[in-house]
Parts: sequence; structure tokens; C-alpha cells
Amino acid sequence: MTLEAVKAAAESNVWTAIFPELMLGCIALLLLALEIMLPKRLHSLIPDLAAAGLLGTLIGFLVNWDSASVGTTTFNGLLIHSPTGQFMRAFFLLAAFFVCLLGRIALAKQRMPRVEFFHIVLVVTAAMMLLAQSNHFVTLFVALETLTIGLYILVAYHRTSTASLEAGLKYLVMGALSSGMLLFGIVLLYGVAGNAALPGHTAQGMNYAELARFLAANPNNFVACLGIVLVLAGVAFKIGAFPFQIWVPDVYQGAPTPVTAFLAVGSKAAGFAVLLALCGPGGAFAPCAWLTEPILMAMAVATILFGNIAALTQHNVKRLIGLSGVSHAGFLLLGVVAARQVPSAVGAIQFYLLAYLIASFAVFGVMTHLAGAEDSDQELDHYAGLAKEHPFLATVLAVGLGSLAGIPPLAGFMGKFLVFVAVFKAGHGTSLIIAAIGVVISIYYYFGWIKAAFFESWAPAADAAPARPARTPVGLAAGLALGTLAVASVVLGFWQGPLGSWLVLK
Amino acid sequence: MSHLPFDPLLVAIAAPLALALAIALGLPKRWSVRLAYAGFAVPLVMALHTWWHFSAQTQTAGYAFLTNYSTGLTGLGISLKLGLNGISLPLFVMAGIVGFAAGLYAIQSQAERLKIYLMLLLIMQGGLMGVFASVDIFFFYFFHELALIPTFIMVGVWGGRDRGYAAMKMTIYLTAGAMISLVGLIALYVKSGATTFDLIELKRYLASKPLSEITQKNLFAVLTVGFGVLVSLWPLHTWAPLGYGAAPSSNAMLHTGVLKKFGLYGLIQIGLPLLPAGAVHWAHPLAWLAVLGNVLIVGLITIAQRDLKQMLGYSSVMHMGYAFLGIAAGTTLGVGGVVLMMVAHGLSVALLFLLATSVHHRTHTFAMDEMGGLAQKTPVLAALFVAATFASIGLPGFANFWGELTIFVALWKFSPAITACAVAGVVISAIYGLRAAARIFFGPPTDHMTAITAKFPPADLRWAERIPALVLLAALLFVGFWPKSLSDPINAALTPAAKVAAAK
Repeated sequence: MTLEAVKAAAESNVWTAIFPELMLGCIALLLLALEIMLPKRLHSLIPDLAAAGLLGTLIGFLVNWDSASVGTTTFNGLLIHSPTGQFMRAFFLLAAFFVCLLGRIALAKQRMPRVEFFHIVLVVTAAMMLLAQSNHFVTLFVALETLTIGLYILVAYHRTSTASLEAGLKYLVMGALSSGMLLFGIVLLYGVAGNAALPGHTAQGMNYAELARFLAANPNNFVACLGIVLVLAGVAFKIGAFPFQIWVPDVYQGAPTPVTAFLAVGSKAAGFAVLLALCGPGGAFAPCAWLTEPILMAMAVATILFGNIAALTQHNVKRLIGLSGVSHAGFLLLGVVAARQVPSAVGAIQFYLLAYLIASFAVFGVMTHLAGAEDSDQELDHYAGLAKEHPFLATVLAVGLGSLAGIPPLAGFMGKFLVFVAVFKAGHGTSLIIAAIGVVISIYYYFGWIKAAFFESWAPAADAAPARPARTPVGLAAGLALGTLAVASVVLGFWQGPLGSWLVLK
Repeated sequence: MSHLPFDPLLVAIAAPLALALAIALGLPKRWSVRLAYAGFAVPLVMALHTWWHFSAQTQTAGYAFLTNYSTGLTGLGISLKLGLNGISLPLFVMAGIVGFAAGLYAIQSQAERLKIYLMLLLIMQGGLMGVFASVDIFFFYFFHELALIPTFIMVGVWGGRDRGYAAMKMTIYLTAGAMISLVGLIALYVKSGATTFDLIELKRYLASKPLSEITQKNLFAVLTVGFGVLVSLWPLHTWAPLGYGAAPSSNAMLHTGVLKKFGLYGLIQIGLPLLPAGAVHWAHPLAWLAVLGNVLIVGLITIAQRDLKQMLGYSSVMHMGYAFLGIAAGTTLGVGGVVLMMVAHGLSVALLFLLATSVHHRTHTFAMDEMGGLAQKTPVLAALFVAATFASIGLPGFANFWGELTIFVALWKFSPAITACAVAGVVISAIYGLRAAARIFFGPPTDHMTAITAKFPPADLRWAERIPALVLLAALLFVGFWPKSLSDPINAALTPAAKVAAAK
């Protein structure tokens, strides 16, 4: 490398472009320092500080939305700042904020050290945000591993609970396997792209744009195709797509509820951010659409069917929501397939993710309030009589589940609708039939959950009242947050406003 | 635009929804009930206003009161576009009347948790007004679903026998039907290439560039199946009698009276004008399915019913068969007859469901075998029920007569064989209708009835029950004696569509 090239590379390091991520890292370190410095009785402030830090960062980020270096690459091509990436960054900040709120409630019940939880959540969030902007396999892998390692710890956070430990171990083994496959795929792609005997070879095979150029010259290269398949498999683990969904129910059940929410929303969305960067319009794998499209399509269809059918028989709500999340990954995968031909699909996926975030945190918020000391034990029966005892929680639950089921006028319906329109536009009309079947199946278990909470006849007779954990009273902050989520689900279903036009026209 | 300072259509939709929101946010019960009168009256007043001023309005492509509101998805061709044409106007007015009657009946019903009950009913009412006022196909579907969701909850919570099973079955059937319709509508949107859900724009666009014949056939089939589930086309009808048997009265009134017409309305407003070749292609299979399945088979099943509400549910399924027959005939006369019949059936079946619940309050059973001799104790109830039965059979003087008559006349040109079978259906409906009235009100009281009347002496209809019933009966008679009030706008709206169909 010449001196000029090094200088140019150094000049492309725009640290302000990743200011939110740096901010989160600093807050995370500050939390650790505060734990040592603050007296014990003030430790309860630390979770609030984490949530406030996330909210502050989010607001600051939104205020500086346009002034960021949107449309450029920085750090010598390691990061790319696109509108899609900007949206995902805000998305992850929002998700982490709600995870912190859930953590405040859930951790208080279990006498667990609290500071580390929030520290790791902040670090993982920063990693997700970097992941959404990665333009290079090195940033992709580093961010993904930071994210995954953080989640290994968080999943096994209840270290006295066997369910949590089991989940942690399963997640570790499966996660390590998926990381290995991803890395192997990257290495194959890098290696074959650097082969000087092939046309269009490049030394920068890890850079997405360079890789796309190479693949365009060699769309049928066997080693490259193998690499692509392995990379897709690695990402499929993260989003819980068939046939890599096998860890989902156990890990979702065993992990502490806030972590389950983080896995369901944050980790899944991170996987889709990667998939969009790789397989979306102008992505690294776009020249090999002949290969990626059938794979993703088959995966989407199988994921929708598997997730919905497997969720039908679940009685544990954490497993249920995990498997229903698998089916949501299937719907989103359909959108990813459509995205190459129909640019509006990217906006549709983002709207879907946002609706999914809002609805999921509403449901997880209710679950947190109903969980007892043993976090993995959350059965449908525990919801009996919720509507009478806690009408507020029951309403939030109904809105959240309705939105997840895709019932108008809730935001989840708009998400599904936008994705369906994009899929049909891309000419995959037949797969919509499977998607429609999936929606109808999903009604059964979502409605069963609502039934458990609302309908009297569904509850066992009063004299045989089931042993269920005591319900936590709803605090002010949690009430505000849950109310906001429910109202947001309704409002976004009726009126998408500037957000809708931005996503559609982007 | 109307000369009102606000958009009457938007107010008709928004007023019940706003009140429902206020109740959800914790309006006290006393105020909820008081304001609910207004919540149901506003749509009625707005509907009557639009009907009165419809012909004086300036019309664009047959639509009056057109307004357009952006909801953020204009880029996809979706916006909240409201307006009424000659087909939607009668149904819009009918929705207002039936909603008002159902609301009044609900307020006096003293249901448990009345506040939530009224809230759900108000959501339904807002959605129903939206269905018929929407010019945008997306919102037409959207409002239908909005009105549909409360049904599931109301059946599950306030329902009668087997409510858990009925609610689940209804939910799955109707969601499946709605999803098929949604796929069909998305397909129509994408295949047309017009990138808009606006019905007026779509009509204009497809008039110059019609879809290929095979696409039209496929789309019409998808829409017919999807809408068919929602309208209880045989053999996809089994959710209907079960659901209506379990549904609380006001919910059943709104669902079977108004909401179920969504599918037929969709076929008439979207299917016939946009996919004329598909309609012609499928007319004969659809007609035979409707006449053999809905009219004859379901008709005979209806005769065998012992439960009053189940019988009404089956009879409602049966009458939907006539509507499909009119659509299959496809001429101005036939389709116009369907619109008239939808209005008439909506009013009469709502009246019957209302009276059936009032009967139940006095007999404490829905089993018709156990009733008898109620007419002496409750003459007003008996008179109203007999009148409603006559209307439902289609006796002259009631709105139903004109609907069925025009359908039969149109059907004769289409296929005399089918017409013969359909006319036999009238005899069937006379048998079960009159037999039900006779069993409930006349003849000697059964032992069960004697025991019940000794325990709870039955009182005649209270005014709170009479007023909603009289509102519905008055509307039935009004249309029955002055059908021109509805048929003129219907005719004006249908004539161009029929010309297109005839040219094919």
C-alpha cells in the first residue's frame, strides 16, 4: 500500500458518522464504573440511566438524521451509510430501549445482578447498529460476533435456573456452528475472489461492491456459490429460518423474558439487515440471484408453514411466541426475495419490522408482568381471567397479538399487506397462497391466547383455580410504555403518514 | 361536496369510532351509554342526509360526496377516498338504519359489561359505514375487517350456546375468506398495472386496457371464492348458522344484516365492472351452485330446524342464494334486484333476529317445539314477528318483494330451469317462515310454555324494544311501497356496467 492510499484510508475515518455507537459504548462503560462508585442504595438508578441513555441517543440520532453522512462510505469502505441503514439503527435503539424497560421489571423479580445486563444490552445494540451499516465482511463478522457473544451471556443470565442454562448452552452450540458456517462461507468467497485466474478477480473480495463485481463476472463459479450458500445458512440461524430454526423454542423459553424479546426483535431484525445488504437490490449477492432467490423462496415458504404449524400445539407462551416469530421470519423472507425486483419491498420489510417491534414489545411487556420467579414457566393457563383482573394488560395483549396476527386496523396488517403487494409485484403470486394459509393458521393460536385471557368459559372452573404466579402491578413507566405501544399499533394501522410515504418512495 | 360544513361520510365513519375510542380510554359507564345513542344516531342522520341530497349532488363518474384524504401511502395508490354511487347509497342508508336499530336494542339489552359491548358495536358500526362509503378498494377491505373483528369477540364473550366453538369456527372461516379476497384484490391491483386502488381510476384504466380473458376468469374465481365464504355461499356456509345461533342479538343483526353484504357488494362494485369476462364465464356454475346449494339444500335444512336462531341463520344463508343468482344473471335488472334485495334482506333479517331475542326473553328457550300460544300474551310482538316473516318470504308491500321479483324476471332470460328451482325456494321459505310463526305464537301452549309463563308472566314488547323494531319495519314498508326511491339511483349506476357486460 502506498503512503497516499493509507492517508486516503485514514481520511475516510469519519468518527462522527458512528457517534451513536460510540455513545452507547461510553454509556455501557459508565454503567460499570457507576456500579463501583455509587453506594448500594443508588444502584437501582443504573437501569434507568441505561434506558435514559438509549432514549437520549435515539432522540439525538433522529434530530441529526439528515446531517449524518448518508449516502457515503466511511472507514475505507468498511461502513456504508444508507437510508435503510439509518432506519435500522433507529430501530435497534428503540428495541434496546424497550428491552431495558422490560429488564427493569423482570430482573427485580429474580435477584440477579442488574448492571451487567444493561451493560451488555448497550454493547449488543451498538454491534447491531454497526452490523446494519456494514459494507464489508470484516465489519459484518466482528459486529455479528459481538452481538452473538453478548447474547450468549444474556440467554444464560439466570445462572441458577436450569432452563436458562440449558438455553444458553443450546444457543452457544448452535450459534458457534452458525458462526463457523458464516466464516467458512466468507473465506471461500474471499479466496475465490482473489484467484487471479478468474475474470474480474479482486484483492478486496470482502468488500460488498467489489464482491458483487466479481460475482457478476463469475455468476456460476462453484466455490463462490458454495460460499454464498454457507453465508446464507449462517444468517438463517440468526433469523430462525427453516431448517435452522430448531434452537428457537428452547432458547426462547429458557432465556429471561427481556432477552427473549431482544432475540425475537433485535437479533432477527439484525439478520434481515444483513440479508437485505447481501441479497437486496444492488447487494453483494445480487448477481447470483439465480441461486439465492430459489433458496430464499423455499426457505420462506417452509419457514411460514413450519412456524405456524409448530406453534399450534404450544402451551408455553414463550415457545409459542418463538415459533410465531419463526413464521414472521418467513413472511419477511418473502419480502427479501421480492426486494431485488421491487425496490418498495425494502420499505415494506422495514414497516413490517417496525410493526413487529411495536406489537412484540407490547406482548412481551404483558408477559413480563405475568411471569413469576421461574421465568421459563409461562403457560397459557396463567392468562385466565386477565381481562377481569387487569383490563389494561388484557387490552394491550389483545392489540399486540392482533397486530402480530395481521388483523386490520392494526399496524401488523399494514406490514403484511405491504409485503404481500411487493411479493405479488415481483411475480411470486403462488407463494402468497402459502402465506395466506399461514395467516389463517396463525389466527388459531393467536386467537387461542386472546381467548385464554378474555373468555370466561375457557378458564377452568373457579373452585379449581390453577396455581399461577402472582401478577406484578403495572408501574407508571411500564404503563406509559405499554399504552404507547398499543396506541402506536392502532395509529400506524390507520395512518402511516410521513413514515409511510418515506418508506414507500425511498 | 355537500353543503354541510363537514364531510358527512367521514363523520358517519368517525363518530362511532371516536366514541368507541373514548370508551376504551375510560369514559364512565353512564356517559358511555348516553353518548352511545348519539354514536348510533349520527351515522343514521348522515346516511339519510346523503340519500336526500344524492340526486342534487354533482357527480363524478357516478359518485357523489367524493372526498380524498391521504394516509401516507399515496405512493402505492392508496388513500382514504370516500364517496357514494347509486349502488353504495342504498346500502349505506341501510347500514345506518340497521346500525341505529341494533344500537338501540343493545342499549336496552342490559348485557353484562354493557360498556365494552357498546364499544365493540360502535367499532362495527364505524367499519360498516366505511365499507359502503369507500371508493378505494384497500379501505373497502380494511373497513370490512375492522367491522369483522368485534364479531369474534362478541360471539366469544356474550354468545349463547357453544360460543367458544362458534367463535373459533367463525374466526377461522372468515379469516380464510378474507385472506382469499385480499389475495384476489392484490392480484387485481398488480395485474391491472394501474398502480392504484381507487375504484374510479381502475374502472377508467381497465375500460381502455381490459385485462386478458384468462386473467379475468382467474381473478373472478378467486374473488368469488373469497367473497363466497364471507357471504356463506354453499358449501362454504357452515360457519353462518352456527355463528348466528350463538351471536348476541345486536351483533347478529349487524353481521347478517349488513356486514355479510360486503362480499356481494364487492362482486357488484368490483367484480362485475372490472372483470366482465370472468363474470360471464362463471355465471352458470355460480348460478347452479347458488340455486341447488343455497336455495334448495339449505332451504330444506332450514325447514328441519328446531332452534329459532339457527333457523334464522339458515334462512339468511338461503336468501344469499338469490343474491348470487341475480349477480349471475348479470343484467341491470338482475344486479339492481340484488342491491334492492340486499337492502330488504338486511332490514328484515335484522328485524327477525331482534324479535327472536325478544321472544327468548319471554319463553326462555330458542326451541320452537317448546313454544306456543304466545300471541295472546304478547300481541304486539306477534304482529311484528308475523310482519317480519311476511317480509322475509317476500310478500308484496315489503321491500323484499321487489328484490326477489326483479331477480326472478332477470333470471328467466338467463335460464328458465334455474328460475323454476329458485321459485320453488319461495315456497320453502313460506313453509318454514309461517310454520315458525305458527309454532311460536299460535296454537295451544306447550307444557314447557305453561310452566314458564306461570313462573315469569310474559309482558308485551316494551317501547325500548318496539322503537328499533318499528324503525326497521317502517324502512321495509317504505321501500316496499316506494321502491323508486332506491331503484332510480341503482339503475343510473348500473346501466353503463351492464352495457359493457352485454357487449361481451
